[in-house]
Amino acid sequence: MEKINLGKIDFENPQMASTREGFGKGLVKAGEENPNVVAFGADITSSTKVSLFRDRFPERFFSLGIAEQNLAATACGMALAGKIAFFSTYGVFASGRCWDQIRTSICYNNANVKIGGAHGGVSVGPDGATHQALEEIAVMRCIPNMRVIVPCDVHETMKATLWAAKDYGPVYIRFGREPVPVIVDENTPFEFGKIALFREGKDVSIIACGPMVYDSLKAAEILSKDGIDAAVYNLHTVKPIDEQGILEASKTGAIVTAEEHQIMGGMGSAVAEVVVRKNPVPMEFVGIYDRFGESGEPRELMREFNVTYSDIIEAVKKVLSRKK
Amino acid sequence: MEIRELEKLTWTVRKDIIRMITEAGSGHPGGSLSSVEIMTALYFSVMKVDPKNPKWDGRDYFILSKGHVCPTLYSVLARRGFFDPEELMTLRKLGSRLQGHPGVNKGLPGLEASTGSLGQGLSIASGVALAMKLDGKPNRVYCLMGDGELDEGNIWEAAMSSAHYRLFNLCGIVDHNGLQIDGELKNVLDIAPLLNKWKAFGWNAIEVDGHSIEEVLDAFLQAEKYKSGPTVIIAKTVKGKGVSFMENVAGWHGVAPKKDEAEKALKELEEREKAWEEKWKK
Repeated sequence: MEKINLGKIDFENPQMASTREGFGKGLVKAGEENPNVVAFGADITSSTKVSLFRDRFPERFFSLGIAEQNLAATACGMALAGKIAFFSTYGVFASGRCWDQIRTSICYNNANVKIGGAHGGVSVGPDGATHQALEEIAVMRCIPNMRVIVPCDVHETMKATLWAAKDYGPVYIRFGREPVPVIVDENTPFEFGKIALFREGKDVSIIACGPMVYDSLKAAEILSKDGIDAAVYNLHTVKPIDEQGILEASKTGAIVTAEEHQIMGGMGSAVAEVVVRKNPVPMEFVGIYDRFGESGEPRELMREFNVTYSDIIEAVKKVLSRKK
Repeated sequence: MEIRELEKLTWTVRKDIIRMITEAGSGHPGGSLSSVEIMTALYFSVMKVDPKNPKWDGRDYFILSKGHVCPTLYSVLARRGFFDPEELMTLRKLGSRLQGHPGVNKGLPGLEASTGSLGQGLSIASGVALAMKLDGKPNRVYCLMGDGELDEGNIWEAAMSSAHYRLFNLCGIVDHNGLQIDGELKNVLDIAPLLNKWKAFGWNAIEVDGHSIEEVLDAFLQAEKYKSGPTVIIAKTVKGKGVSFMENVAGWHGVAPKKDEAEKALKELEEREKAWEEKWKK
């Protein structure tokens, strides 16, 4: 697999931007490119950045209030009539409150609906458990016809949004609230359905999604000083999963997955489903284990819930001790 | 189509329903029989459709929110010419395009949406209507709901948003037979007063006898003329209508008749049809 060249990342003081900004900008661009793109608001339109689309294309924006079941099924109806329907709200509600509408109305109809799941992860911060989405990957990826993307930064979120607008069928894109390090740039290729190699290494493969890709790169940098050569992969497309790419990643003989999500059913589970069939190697999972989030500052919560680069370093050491 | 011809068709559809559900060995005869006049009127008189070109962009849309009464829809679609009526007997069988609850993935011509999880159809219909309104297209959208289905909060969310966007091109119909699986609506979960509830949600609400083709057609005409927002037709119906031992019995919601029961039902429908014909001759 060819490594994707990233610019130099300053791990002491990285450039920061919110992934939700990428979603909003991508949505506007999609609207410019195709007059069939419509978007819905769920009373948190500024927070999800759908506001950028609303302000640009007011006639193609529809406010539906705080009613996610109607939101999802109305988007389905619009899509059945030929529109490319985007809606966004906090991931907890976008994936959970209207799960059955997503399953039956959107996915069983294979409707052309794109869901923006905002505020993913504990890094949402002080709002606490009710607003910290930790289960979306698990509950979205098990529905037939649904595709799930967890972009690593602002640029990738924009590219994923634009891709979603162009490709027919249901898509769930997960993004976050807080500014996170920028890793790629406008020109970095984004290939849907393909795992991306961001750092080569021969001892262990770290497979991450979302902002945890940055933490993985930072962990690999630190590990290299201890003589551990870790590869880092960005698995932005959790479904459909790149089986061939994961098989290749497993050739280092050990895998650590990293995600700001429940370990049960998440991205790591999806990777394990491939690894156990194709090439069973020791695996460790960095993620949140069977807990609700809580209030706190974002970085503080990442530490409390064991989803930082130091947890990845620890997991790498653990998995290497099991490597044959 | 003349009222007499439409009435004649309702007997055919009712017999199809009994045969299909009996052959399948499972299904929902009660609500299927109560919604016959509504769907017959829609597909044979009210809606613009082209059976030879089911995806014609000038068509009106029908969303069956109460997906479990799809035998009625399948029969009406087949009799309207969307597919061969012989296929009706494949209902609920492996590989059939006639799923137990509507599934568009099987490619049945004329079927607009997969439904069956109650409460979602009005939102889907509302979304289609919103798209048509946005594009300035004249297509109308119809959505049939069950009265028990109105327990679902999703229906009232859709009622609010459809009124908010003044979707005059949307017409809801409630098959108000008064019964759901656990019994009478008023005991299971009282949704009365129905007409005023819809009015309070901003809808033009009309109540009719859902078994009178004449009244049903007139209500659809009123709905089309109303331009200030969506219209709902509360169609007062009888669950199991047409088969005396099924009428007003909640137990016939989701049970297939046994062979002898089906024969009895079909015999009764034939007799009633003959009496109806005699009446017309006079």
